[in-house]
Amino acid sequence: MSKINLQFLALLTWAIAAFGLASSTPVNAAAKACLPFGDIQANATDVPTLRRGAQLYFNYCAGCHSLEYMRYGRLAKDLQLSEEDLLNNFAFTGARAGDFVTTSMPPGGRGNLPGSQEWFGVTPPDLSLVARSRGVNWIYNFLNGYYPDPKRAVGWNNLTFENSAMPNPLWELQGIQEHMVPAQAGDPKADAASVDCSPAALKVVSAGSRTAQQFDTDTRDITSFLEYVGEPAIIKRETYGIWALLYLSLLTMLFWLLKNEYWKDIH
Amino acid sequence: MAENTPDLGRRRFLTATCAVVGGVGGVFAAVPFFSSFAPSAKAVSAGVPTIIDISKLVEGAQLIEVWRKRPVWVIKRSSESLAALDSMTPRLKDPESKEVEQQPDYAQNAVRSIKPTILVLVGSCTHLGCSPKFHPEMTAEDWDSEWKGGFYCPCHSSKFDMAGRVYNGSPAPTNLVVPIHRYVDDNTIVIGEDQEAA
Amino acid sequence: MARPTASSAPGILGWLDQRIPVVDFWNTHIGQYYAPKNFNFWYYFGSLSLLMLVNQIVTGIFLTMHYDPTEEGAFASVEYIMRDVPFGWIIRYMHAVGASFFFIVVYLHMFRALLYGSYKKPRELIWVLGVTIFLALMAEAFLGYVLPWGQMSFWGAQVIVSLFGAVPFIGQDLVQLIQGDYLPSGATISRFFALHVIAMPLAILLLVVLHLAALHEVGSNNPDGIDIKAKKDSSGKPLDGIPFHPYYTVKDLFGASFFLCIFAFVVFFQPTFGGLFLEHDNFIEANPLVTPALIKPVWYFTPYYAMLRAVPDKLLGVVVMGGATLILFLLPWLDRSPVRSIRYRGIWSKLLLASFTLSFLILGYLGSQAGSETNTFISRICTAIYFGFFVALPFVSAWDPPKPEPDRVIMHE
Repeated sequence: MSKINLQFLALLTWAIAAFGLASSTPVNAAAKACLPFGDIQANATDVPTLRRGAQLYFNYCAGCHSLEYMRYGRLAKDLQLSEEDLLNNFAFTGARAGDFVTTSMPPGGRGNLPGSQEWFGVTPPDLSLVARSRGVNWIYNFLNGYYPDPKRAVGWNNLTFENSAMPNPLWELQGIQEHMVPAQAGDPKADAASVDCSPAALKVVSAGSRTAQQFDTDTRDITSFLEYVGEPAIIKRETYGIWALLYLSLLTMLFWLLKNEYWKDIH
Repeated sequence: MAENTPDLGRRRFLTATCAVVGGVGGVFAAVPFFSSFAPSAKAVSAGVPTIIDISKLVEGAQLIEVWRKRPVWVIKRSSESLAALDSMTPRLKDPESKEVEQQPDYAQNAVRSIKPTILVLVGSCTHLGCSPKFHPEMTAEDWDSEWKGGFYCPCHSSKFDMAGRVYNGSPAPTNLVVPIHRYVDDNTIVIGEDQEAA
Repeated sequence: MARPTASSAPGILGWLDQRIPVVDFWNTHIGQYYAPKNFNFWYYFGSLSLLMLVNQIVTGIFLTMHYDPTEEGAFASVEYIMRDVPFGWIIRYMHAVGASFFFIVVYLHMFRALLYGSYKKPRELIWVLGVTIFLALMAEAFLGYVLPWGQMSFWGAQVIVSLFGAVPFIGQDLVQLIQGDYLPSGATISRFFALHVIAMPLAILLLVVLHLAALHEVGSNNPDGIDIKAKKDSSGKPLDGIPFHPYYTVKDLFGASFFLCIFAFVVFFQPTFGGLFLEHDNFIEANPLVTPALIKPVWYFTPYYAMLRAVPDKLLGVVVMGGATLILFLLPWLDRSPVRSIRYRGIWSKLLLASFTLSFLILGYLGSQAGSETNTFISRICTAIYFGFFVALPFVSAWDPPKPEPDRVIMHE
């Protein structure tokens, strides 16, 4: 093989290695997140998955968490529902098709009713881009990682998001899952690492309305839905990509033939 | 080393093929860029229909609303104004509303509206876009001694009758636009949505 | 002094040519510009750099139509482009991925110069202009990265602008002058926007034109480093030269097409490239009250960032980091080898270049990781090796016995 090809192969190998390294880099490189349930492959382009995920989201999450960059009309289009169907089933705030998905829970309160800031200590963040900043693995593990924690005001803790101010939104579906190896209370040497971060540490002690398998699917669906919300273009992106690559491969082959034809002149 | 004579035919063929395939690709590559000029979802969502309540509209009055950031007028015409419409024909450029872009087909009639008494127009002069003034009184005016009611544009003196039809001699070329609209009930009009086929 | 008034070209071409020298220009720079016939893989990256410059400008123009350069609107406007503008997501990805690919291509283009001594006499000016373009490109990339106003945009701006605070006496005032405020804010966005969209691109375009003009004045180098103009045929054409058109137009078209396959793959299938091209933290809106767990620059700056962190003193760190780029200017005068190409230099020259390259790559990796004692230790060693290359070069290049250069270029199939 000629020198050029060898150099090129070396470059390609390096590029692939670099990419492999990069994609395996955890989202939050500095703090090793606890992901007891491992990595998942989200399915953000499958319409039935997105519909189920949307349904779960709007029932269990949208009360507190807005999706400020997502329009209802776009959801209708991508989930292949009519605008009327979508608004009837998912929009509980009287919104219209062009509006963004907002919550009716104001951060600052209304009248003498406390807002989310006061109630939880922190405003529930908007989730439009959570799949792009924290990643799908984090979301999936977070949704599955809740356990009751009597030491906390909110009554819950989470293996992936330690000391979160958020209660378990899906406990009715999952049931109650206990953490079997709690960190030593008051032990100065105990830190995040001492919290046992493995799936075996969590055990469902009282069942919810869904079986373990069903709940797993539920959390995958919500995760996939959030991946879609983070990047609605994902539905079409790879399809366009295949056409682009097919065309460019054809063009490259033609230019290769043209180049060789002319370079026959050169010795 | 002996130089082989180049196969010119093959070169021409390959060059032409590359040019054609490359050109096609160039066109497809340009599509996303030019499409990005189209109104975005934000613009489209701002163009949602406007709902107007006409229960309090009296004869000779004009309601001004906004649709797609343009003024929309809803006018209740008197029976005298309606009766005078036919006599206007020789003074108008397009008395039978033959320019199909200026109104939907359900407004392509003598009164240019769905219900004769209610006139719905986009309040934008078809000359250069000023908003004409509403003059429903059937009295002599400076711009027309036989004024039978209508609209007068102060910018360049275009004149329109009580059905929004443009006078001869006006710089405006066409009748005032009737927007797509429909009646939800007798008191509610939705501008921006088409009437179902009768 | 008078030029012949009648051009021999027919039709519209002749009409034009009588008024502006299109035919001469075509001949001088394309049709009869004789380039060495032995260009290899490393010679694709100049034209690919030009391709990426065009890509950045065209996609940039269309992004500018929708981007909002204000503190309140910047982040949301990028999401608007990604979601609401028809095909806005393609344009955004092409621009972001394009920036990274631009640096890949430019680094490889610069490496070619190191390999084959393309910076040596009479091409010193081409090299100097090129390093200036590289600096301008780094500035342009930094300015552009601040615009989406994510967490990395803000905190990256905070860190880099605060480096200017290291300047003695005027440091703090300088920082506020650059930012236009007490911290990076809307004032910073709007001025960086102006610089990124028009000022730097104009400067870069001018520098590229000068870079190409300087190249065409002396002619291209080649992988064997020998001067093709030394051996000419009876009509004055270099024996080892071939006209740029059609041979290199056709070859560069192939190269561009192949490159676009790789580019398209990334744009459509891995646009964030695992967080390397579009960082995860930049999908969170800028928040001056919350610092990300790990602030790091985009991958193409990481080698310099590693050097900055390796030096314990702030001012000295800035000097070292700046020095690492500026020392590149000196290369033509540090290299005292009688031969240009690495092919004909001795083993020590090869080892020197290899260790330089390796240290740069390792620094790049270390700059992307969180600081640690091991990280700092290795960064210091690699920084020493990096600068050691420039210190050692005058000696190694003069003493390392070269191999005999060939008479004529060697074609590798």
